[in-house]
Amino acid sequence: MTTMLEASSLVKHFGSIQAVNGISLTVNKGEVLGFLGPNGAGKTTTMKMLTGFLNPTSGTASVCGFNIADQPIAAKRKLGYLPEGAPAYGDMTPRGFLSFIADIRRIEDKAGAIDSASRRVHLQTVLDQPIETLSKGFRRRVGLAQAILHDPDVLILDEPTDGLDPNQKFEVRNLIAEMATEKAIIISTHILEEVDAVCGRAVIIDRGRIVADGTPQELKARSRTHGAVILTVSAADAGGIAEKLAALAGVKEVERTDVGATTRLVTIPAGGADLVRTIRSAMDRENWMVEQFEIDPGRLDDLFRSLTHADADIKAEAA
Amino acid sequence: MNDVSSIFKREFRAYFATPLAYVFIVIFLIVTGVFTFYVGGFFDRGQADLKPFFAYHPWLYLFLIPSLSMRLWAEERKSGSLELLMTLPVPTWAVVAGKYLAAWAFAGLALALTFPIWVTVSYLGDPDNGVIFAGYIASLLMAGAYLAIGAALSAMTKNQVVAFILTVTVCFLFTVSGLPIVLDFFQAWAPQFLLTLIAGFSFLTHFNTIIDGVIEGRDFVYFLSLIALWLFLNRIIIEAKKEAG
Repeated sequence: MTTMLEASSLVKHFGSIQAVNGISLTVNKGEVLGFLGPNGAGKTTTMKMLTGFLNPTSGTASVCGFNIADQPIAAKRKLGYLPEGAPAYGDMTPRGFLSFIADIRRIEDKAGAIDSASRRVHLQTVLDQPIETLSKGFRRRVGLAQAILHDPDVLILDEPTDGLDPNQKFEVRNLIAEMATEKAIIISTHILEEVDAVCGRAVIIDRGRIVADGTPQELKARSRTHGAVILTVSAADAGGIAEKLAALAGVKEVERTDVGATTRLVTIPAGGADLVRTIRSAMDRENWMVEQFEIDPGRLDDLFRSLTHADADIKAEAA
Repeated sequence: MNDVSSIFKREFRAYFATPLAYVFIVIFLIVTGVFTFYVGGFFDRGQADLKPFFAYHPWLYLFLIPSLSMRLWAEERKSGSLELLMTLPVPTWAVVAGKYLAAWAFAGLALALTFPIWVTVSYLGDPDNGVIFAGYIASLLMAGAYLAIGAALSAMTKNQVVAFILTVTVCFLFTVSGLPIVLDFFQAWAPQFLLTLIAGFSFLTHFNTIIDGVIEGRDFVYFLSLIALWLFLNRIIIEAKKEAG
């Protein structure tokens, strides 16, 4: 595995505010890294340092072996970047804009590159309309086309699916997955399902620090509900069953949610106990009428909430 | 150089993508005409030269050039496209130079379109074409100096109106520093060499020397070094501002 992007102990202060507080990470070829965190946690600031827009207060970053501070031009050539909000020049058409990017990036076959990038993000129909007249979804795709125009080794995408409708989100995720084998990709997002859909690895950051790093499965395994057994029973039986469940060995607590005439009972294990067998034998023994039996693989949003702080706490830190 | 020319091309075209270019050129031509013929008394003087034409350029530029330069960086900072531009593989100096040269070329284009006035004066009499040519060069250099100041100050803010006002103010000081309005303030207490120095910074002093037909290297050096200085400041300001987010 080749390391394409490396950051070591990045720190960024804005005056007295510590936006990023020692972030280290590596991304290898073929990897899609999801960058998660609440608003103001330092995701965007970190990306701005990785792409050389901001100079870190301390720490270093390198792209394909080029240090972004010492060899910024060489590093930026290897990099495709979609900044937050996908800025572009509103008075230009996507074709004119991409052609400008192609000039700057010294792409030999300009027409070919524009054609293939716009095809990949489905932009062909609006290539000659001014960007400021385009919908949010198209503007985002113009930004994506710009980022992939030179077929970069490293892609850094700040909220690539923000503002897209579900179909467009699906397409963009497919595009990312398609490109993933050839490149090292970082996407920042606060949509957790996106991590499941495209990321091989996820990093959760909070208040400028990494608080979790692992595959989505590993992260889910750390969540409170990992291994919980969910029984759907009729509302009438729910009370009695819940009581008996709570009395079983290895059960931490039982949560009940009423859904119409049925009730979902979520039995959360204590300290990684295996509840499946225990509950199955209890079901057979007690002859419960169970409509549905599920095992919860764990939830990213649970982990996310337990590791990060609410927006209000960190408002002061948002840069 | 390739980087500068890519930036230059984009910027120069951008003027014509909006009504800005046309509005600017039309207003510039109308106003220069009004000043030359009515205020400057072009015909009444009975002389075949373009002095009444050039004499008002410093005052015209004082308001027109900042309206051209105010968007240079403020707009990019506001829309966020600065982030895109600065993460492309181009050095900052090339972006500064490309943007500036495009604005200067555009101002030069507007100035070049005043050529009918040269045609008029040549038709009516026998002017000294050398002096007129020097006048055009001086006017272009002065526009360049105003633009360099405007570009640097545009980088200070995300607000174009603030950029405009700052630029007009600073340009005004540079324009009049040789006039009593500024010198009187220093007269009472400052030593003579300081007065000469301050007066020496005046656009008017240098500009008027050239359009009077006294063509000396130092006036050209003055404008060119002023441009270089402000472009250098522009680069420092933009680097500092992007750090501040």
